[in-house]
Amino acid sequence: MKTKGRDLRRRMFFDRLFKGSVIVLSSVCMLPMFFILFFIMKNGISVINWEFLTALPKPMGEAGGGISNALAGTLILILIACLISVPLGVFAGIYLSEYRKVRFTYFSRLSLEVLQGIPSIVIGIIAYVWIVVPMGAFSALSGGIALGIMMLPVIVMSTEETLKLIPDSLKEASLALGVPYPRTILKVILPAGLSGIVTGIIIGIARIGGETAPLLFTAFGSPFMGLNIFKPVSALPLVVFNYATSPYPEWHALAWGASFVLIAFILFLNMLAKLVTRRWKVQF
Amino acid sequence: MRKLMKLFLVLALLSFSVAGLAADQQELTGAGATFPYPLYSKMFDVYSKEYGVKVNYQAIGSGGGIRQLINKTVDFGGSDAIVGEEEAKSAGAQVLHIPTCAGAVVVTYNLLGSPDIRLTPELIADVFLGKIKKWDDPRIAAANPGIKLAALPITVVHRSDGSGTTNIFSDYLSKVSKEWKEKVGAGTALNWPVGLGAKGNPGVAGLVKQTPGSFGYVELIYALQNKMPYALLRNRSGNFVRPTLGSTSTAMNVTLPPDMKVSLTDTDAPDGYPIAGLTWILVYKEQAYQGRSEAKARELVRLLKWMTHEGQKYCEPMQYAPLSKKATERAEALIGSITYNGKGIMK
Amino acid sequence: MSVSGRMETGAGMISRTAGTGKSLSRDAAMVYSGAVRGSRNLVSEAAFRRLLRLVGVAVLLLLVAILASLFVASMPAIARNGFAFLTGTVWDPVAARFGSLPFLVGTLMTSFLALLISLVFSLAVSIFLGEYFRRGIASSLMKTVVELLAGIPSVIYGFWALFFLVPAVRFVETKTGIIPYGVGILAAALVLSIMIIPYSASLAREVIGLVPADLKEAAFSLGATRFEVIRKVVLPYARSGLVAGVLLSLGRALGETMAVTMVIGNSNMLPKDIFGPANTMASIIANEFSEATGAVYMASLIEIALVLFIVTAVINIIGKIVIMKMSVET
Repeated sequence: MKTKGRDLRRRMFFDRLFKGSVIVLSSVCMLPMFFILFFIMKNGISVINWEFLTALPKPMGEAGGGISNALAGTLILILIACLISVPLGVFAGIYLSEYRKVRFTYFSRLSLEVLQGIPSIVIGIIAYVWIVVPMGAFSALSGGIALGIMMLPVIVMSTEETLKLIPDSLKEASLALGVPYPRTILKVILPAGLSGIVTGIIIGIARIGGETAPLLFTAFGSPFMGLNIFKPVSALPLVVFNYATSPYPEWHALAWGASFVLIAFILFLNMLAKLVTRRWKVQF
Repeated sequence: MRKLMKLFLVLALLSFSVAGLAADQQELTGAGATFPYPLYSKMFDVYSKEYGVKVNYQAIGSGGGIRQLINKTVDFGGSDAIVGEEEAKSAGAQVLHIPTCAGAVVVTYNLLGSPDIRLTPELIADVFLGKIKKWDDPRIAAANPGIKLAALPITVVHRSDGSGTTNIFSDYLSKVSKEWKEKVGAGTALNWPVGLGAKGNPGVAGLVKQTPGSFGYVELIYALQNKMPYALLRNRSGNFVRPTLGSTSTAMNVTLPPDMKVSLTDTDAPDGYPIAGLTWILVYKEQAYQGRSEAKARELVRLLKWMTHEGQKYCEPMQYAPLSKKATERAEALIGSITYNGKGIMK
Repeated sequence: MSVSGRMETGAGMISRTAGTGKSLSRDAAMVYSGAVRGSRNLVSEAAFRRLLRLVGVAVLLLLVAILASLFVASMPAIARNGFAFLTGTVWDPVAARFGSLPFLVGTLMTSFLALLISLVFSLAVSIFLGEYFRRGIASSLMKTVVELLAGIPSVIYGFWALFFLVPAVRFVETKTGIIPYGVGILAAALVLSIMIIPYSASLAREVIGLVPADLKEAAFSLGATRFEVIRKVVLPYARSGLVAGVLLSLGRALGETMAVTMVIGNSNMLPKDIFGPANTMASIIANEFSEATGAVYMASLIEIALVLFIVTAVINIIGKIVIMKMSVET
C-alpha cells in the first residue's frame, strides 16, 4: 500500500510538472512577439507624423523625409499581385473543387503545394529572368508578378476549402432549375462562398505585403514617387531593409516608423479577415 | 459588379502607366557604387529641383552597377571598378568610363577612445589575411608607440556585395603585398580569408560601429558621417598620411589616360593618400540601343555634363575630391564622344 | 424586375440567418436570386469546363516552367562547374571558381539548429492548445499570438534581431570568451527558430486535437495521469502529424532569406562553429545576385537557387506524403 501511495504521488508530481512546463514554455513563446511589437511601437510611434506619411525620402545623411513613395509602391504592388492571382486563383480553386475526383487534379494540387513552399528569393529570380531582363528595366510590374505568384497558392487553397464546404444540394438545385453550369458556378456557388474567398484574398495580401526578397531585383526601389508600373518603385519592406542596415540613426528611426506602418497594416488585415468571416459567412 | 470593379482597376493602372510614360522622358535610372552614393544622392536631389529631371540611383554596389548596365536595365552604371575584359565582352558595345570625383578608402576601426592609429601596408595586409589576430600584437604596437592597445580580438569586416570600394582596396593591397596578390588578388568580389561581410559601405560602417575591436574599410565620408576613427597610412614615400580632401586630390596628380581607366592607389606623390580612387559613371558610347529615344540620350548627356561641371561644387563639402582640371578635360572629351546613331549628341 | 428584386432581398435575409430549417427552399431562393436575372448564356458549358481544366493545367505548367527556367539559366554553371559545385569549398568570383559547399553547410547548420531550438517550444504550444486549453481565453490568446508570430514579415524579424538579438549574443560571447561577433550562425538560428514555431505548432496542434476521445478516456479509466496519457497515447498517435509539422518547419527554415541575411555575418568561408559568420544559400543569392558580373557567376547563383528549389520541394512533398498516409490511417 505504501509503495502504491508513493508511486502515485510521484506520478502526480510529474503530471503537474509537465503541465507547468508546457504552460511556461508556451508563455515563453509569446514573449518574442510582445517584445517585437513593443519595440516597434515604442520606436515607431514617435516617428509617425504627417510629414512622415506624405513626404519623400531625403538624401543620405539628411534628417527628415518620409515614406510616401513606399506606401504608394506597396499599394501598387499589391494591386498588380491581386489582378494576377485573384482571377487565376479563384478559377483554379473552382477547378480543384469541381474536379476533385479526377486523377489529374492530384497533380494540380501538388504543384500548388510545392509552389507555396518555394523560397521567396527564388520567385524573385524567376521574375527577374522572365520579366526584368526581356523588358530591359526594373519595374513595379515584375515585382507585382513575383508577389502574385506567391499569393496564388493561398487564394487557390482558400477558395477550394470554401467551395468544399458548400453542400452539393445548392449546385444541384440550381442545375435542376435549368441554370446553365457556368452561371451556376459563377452566380450561385461563388457568391455563397464569397466570405471565404475574400478572407483568402485578405490573408494573401497580408502575407505578401511584408515580402522583401522578391522585390530586391524586380521592383528595385526608388527615391521618387512612382505611379508608372513599368518603372521601379519603392515599397515598405524595402525601406525597412535599406534603412535598417544603414549606419545612420535618422534612417534607423525611419525604419522603425516604416515597420510600425507595416505591422499595423498586417494586423489590420488579420482583423479584417476575422470580421469578414464572422459577418458574411453563409452558414449551411 | 465585381467585373465592373476589375475593369475600373485595370483602367486605373493603365492610366497611371500612360501618365508615367509621358513623364518617362524625364526620368533616368542608374545603379551601382555605394562609394559616391552620398554625393550622388545630393547631386541628383539638386538636379531634379533645378531641371525637373528625376534621377533614380540605387546603391547596390559597383558589381551591381556593371551587371545592370550590361543587362541594359538601367541608363547608367556607377562604379569604382573598371569594367573587366569578360564583362566588356558581355556588354557587346563600348562602355565609357566618365569620372565624377575621387574618394579615399579609409581603414576604420572600433576601439575604446577612438585613438588615431598608424598603419603600414604590411600590417593592413596581414590583418586582412588573418595573420594578425589581436589588437595588442607587437607589430601594431611597434607602429603606434604612444597608444595602449587592449588584448581585444580583431574582427575583420569586409564587403559582402560586389564593390568598387573593395576593388580599390584590394588593388592597393595587391600592389603592396605579394602574398595578398597571390592568395586573394584584386576585384569587386573576393574570396576573403577572414571576416564578416556587410552590404554596401553603409553596412560595413554600421557593423564596425557596433562591433568592438572591429577593423574594416569604407569610403571617407561614411567614417566622417558616423564619427568613426580612421587610420593614418604610410604611403610609398614613407610618410604617414591622413586621408583628407587634400591628400586625395594630390593622389589624382598622375598621368591620366584619355579613357580615364586609371588606378590612383599607392601613389607616387609624397603627400598623397595611398588608397584613393576615381569613381566613374558608365554609359554606352552608342546610345541608340534597345529602342532608346534620342531625347533620353540627350537627357543623359546633359546630366553627365552637369555632374562634371556645375555639380562639382558639391564634392568638397562632402569630402570628395573634385576633378582636377586635366581630369575634367578628359571627362568632357569622353562625354563629347557619346553618339546617337553615329552622330555626336553634345553641342 | 420587381419580383426578382424582392426575391433577392428575401433570399438575402434568409441567408443571413443561421442555416437551419428548410434548406431546399433556401437553396432555391439563392439560386433564383443569383441566376435568373436575365436568361442569356454567359458561355457555353463546354467552353467553361475547358477553361477550368486549362486553369488546372496552367498551375502545373507554372511550376514546370519555373523549374525549367531555373535549369536553363544555370546551364552555363552546371557545364562549367560540374559536380564539384556541390563539394567545392571555395567561392571565388575573381578566379571564377564556384563551390557552394559553404552555403550548403551554412544552410543546414542554421536550419537544423533552429529546428532543434524550436522543437521544444512548438511541442509545448501544440500540447497547450491541443490538450490543456482547447477553448477559452487562454486558448484564444495563445492562438492569436501564434498567428501573429507567423504574420510578422521576415524583414522586421531581421531588423529586430539586428538591434536586440545580436547585441545580446555579443554580450554572451564576450562573457564566455568567444570572439564577440554577435552576428553569425547562432544569431540567425535563434531568430529563425522563433519564426518557424508557428508552422510546426499549428500542424501538431491539429493532429493532437484529432486523437479520438475514447482512446484517451480508456487510458484515463485505467488510472493514467494526464501526462502519461499524453506521453503514451496522444503523442504516439499523432506521431506522423508531428513529423509532418517538423518537415514543414524545416522547409520554411531552409528558404528563409531576409532575417537570416541581416544577422548571419555574410562570410563565404566554410563555417567552423556556430559562433562564427557564414552564409546560407538564400543569403548568398540575396547578397550577390544583383551584381553578379559574368555569365558563369550569375548562372552559379541561379544554380544555388535551383538546388534550394529542389530541396524545399522534396521536403514539402515528403511532408505531404506523411500527412496523406496519416489521414489514410485514421
